[in-house]
Amino acid sequence: MPVTLALRDLASQTDLLAPGHGLCAGCSESVIVRLVLHALGRPAVVSLATGCLEVSTTRYPWTAWRVPVIHSAFENSAATISGVEAAWKALRRRGKAVPEDVAFVVFAGDGATYDIGLQWLSGAMERGHRFLYICLNNEGYMNTGIQRSSATISWTWTTTTPVGRVLPGKPQWRKDLTAIAAAHGIPYVAQTAPHHWKDLMQKVQKAVRVDGPAFINVLAPCNRGWRYPPEETIRISKLAVDTCIWPLYEVERGQWRLTYRPSHKLPIQAWLEAQGRFAHLLREEHRPLVEEIQQRVDQEWEALLQRCSQR
Amino acid sequence: MALAVSSRVPPVHGLGTPVALDGGTLVAHAMRQTRPDVVAAYPITPQTVITEAFSQFVANGEVHTEFVPVESEHAALSVCIGAAAAGARAQTATSGPGLALMWELLGVASGMRLPIVMHLCTRALSAPINILCDHSDAMAMRDTGWLLLFSENGQEAYDQAIIAVRLGEHPQVLLPVANVLDGFIVTHCVERALLLPDEVVSEFVGEYQPAYALLDLQRPVTVGGLDFQDFHMEHKRGQVEAMARAKGVLEGLFQEFAEISGRIYRLVEPYRLADAEVGVVVLGSTAGTVRYVVDRLRARGVRAGMLSIRSFRPFPALEVAAALAEVKAVGVLDRALAPGASAPPLFSDIASALAGVGLSKRLLGWVYGIGGREVLPQHIEGVFHTLADPSVPPGLVGWLGLREGR
Ligand SMILES: Cc1ncc(C[n+]2csc(CCOP(=O)(O)OP(=O)(O)O)c2C)c(N)n1
Repeated sequence: MPVTLALRDLASQTDLLAPGHGLCAGCSESVIVRLVLHALGRPAVVSLATGCLEVSTTRYPWTAWRVPVIHSAFENSAATISGVEAAWKALRRRGKAVPEDVAFVVFAGDGATYDIGLQWLSGAMERGHRFLYICLNNEGYMNTGIQRSSATISWTWTTTTPVGRVLPGKPQWRKDLTAIAAAHGIPYVAQTAPHHWKDLMQKVQKAVRVDGPAFINVLAPCNRGWRYPPEETIRISKLAVDTCIWPLYEVERGQWRLTYRPSHKLPIQAWLEAQGRFAHLLREEHRPLVEEIQQRVDQEWEALLQRCSQR
Repeated sequence: MALAVSSRVPPVHGLGTPVALDGGTLVAHAMRQTRPDVVAAYPITPQTVITEAFSQFVANGEVHTEFVPVESEHAALSVCIGAAAAGARAQTATSGPGLALMWELLGVASGMRLPIVMHLCTRALSAPINILCDHSDAMAMRDTGWLLLFSENGQEAYDQAIIAVRLGEHPQVLLPVANVLDGFIVTHCVERALLLPDEVVSEFVGEYQPAYALLDLQRPVTVGGLDFQDFHMEHKRGQVEAMARAKGVLEGLFQEFAEISGRIYRLVEPYRLADAEVGVVVLGSTAGTVRYVVDRLRARGVRAGMLSIRSFRPFPALEVAAALAEVKAVGVLDRALAPGASAPPLFSDIASALAGVGLSKRLLGWVYGIGGREVLPQHIEGVFHTLADPSVPPGLVGWLGLREGR
């Protein structure tokens, strides 16, 4: 039963992630999770990776989850959901009473996805389990105190890439995980961001309808780690998309499609200025670094436009 | 010497259809007969025989099992954890380095109280890399909250693979179980064995009735949540108590199993120990060699005996102490090292079992079979001779079959 995406209907639904959890004020993760669970339109079993979301929502003897959820370890949430899905198949085959229509969903951070858990994710996508993997990409290891990940862009300040006399932040660019997921040839891959809730929910609705793996990389602004005031989260999300550092697109059965095109592509400066983690880049001496970032963003954007125009 | 060893009659009796199969394939049959919903495994010698044989059952449509051919052992156990938490019967198999890669999740499986069954085909841990048998892998999982059952031969590994399912799933236990079989020695040796009828096994193991399941959407549960200083200790105590209860449950299952198979198992297996003056304690397949030597020595009038430990976890300390109470000198054979420790693992357990009931005994220890080093009857005879020689001081004597010099 697909959910209508009318705000009035959405507002009257029960949140499947209950209030009272311990995520920071201003955190985008609870916003994203609630949107995803609403959009599914069917019951879900959730697998969580270790990270902010898991530790903030499952503190014994409480839980914020109104759906069944399992957390096993940091890197293996895709394998864990593979096991749940395999169990569902086998139990159905034996005629046991298990729900007919259920979504298998993973929520994992970028550390859990881009870095330590990439093998498990890749394995699960290759095997073709029916599951939806949501990467909550806050561009760093926030649960352990703002360390760099391979989703962190160049010259970002983090606690493991601090700004010092010889190093102005993280030297490496990020990896393009969404494209890596797409290269697995799975039925549905997308990138989205929470300020565009409709884009996010529509993508989730498409993703749960496919009979196989689906991967959605969601930008998850983090006011603590990115160093901006908590009330700015949604504006920051929009800035990421309007500067094209986080384009919104989908790859449906190999077809790349842009789902949102900013009317004015803003300079990356606007993105950098809004966040304390880039404060050092605003110094005159680091102008070349800003230019370097702008170049990478432009290159990636152009490449994406190319891919999206291909037949 | 090899001839003499192979001439011993395997202690195989009871009910079932006689077959000649290697231990790995026998275990795969037990897996088929215990009807796991999910099997996830990854190739590693010497375990692969099991996964290959089971894959064939899947390909033939002989099982309803969802076989998940994962990309690593870590994923194999992760899949089993997800499946078991979902309410399914889940099994896996591995060896040495594969077990080492799973290690993080061994405690996750036991901490979540998931009755996963693992067939551990023992293999030395690297480095130096080696594919042959020793117990360094099994000992590395010793304190992870898994039940550990050692087997002497293919028949025992098969029988225990069946019993393990009931044991782990028992409501008084709810813990993962490792069925340990010696790499190559048991996994690859073709032996005569008796296969129980499918229906008999199926009836014996019954259905898995999980108390909680992720797929029970009416009662949503959070599994594996954050558990700090206010509750963690109580949850851990629950695990330890379940392990203690497992002892009695296992004894009961041995009785039930005897009724369907005619094969009687005990937590520890004494052999000619009642009037023994010298006794050797051992784990796994080496029990066969020791039994042969005991018989030879007995024929020469030496009062020799053996205690083979089947249930290593839970460790039946009282039963061990009782079995060894009248033996004058006890020799413990360890197939694993504990560098820097006061004694290797089995020796430590035997020493504390004896001390626990106030028994002071002449206790000697040897390390043997590391990385597949052969253990021959003359090595074991040497052990018995040393035990009988009061001039040798107690404690760790040395390594059986070690090349001296560099
Ligand atoms: C095997 C292992 N290594 C390291 C950790 C420590 N750890 C827990 S959460 C975390 C970072 C999580 O970062 P991410 O996946 O990006 O999620 P976030 O908390 O930022 O949402 C780390 C390093 C762990 N729990 N397990």
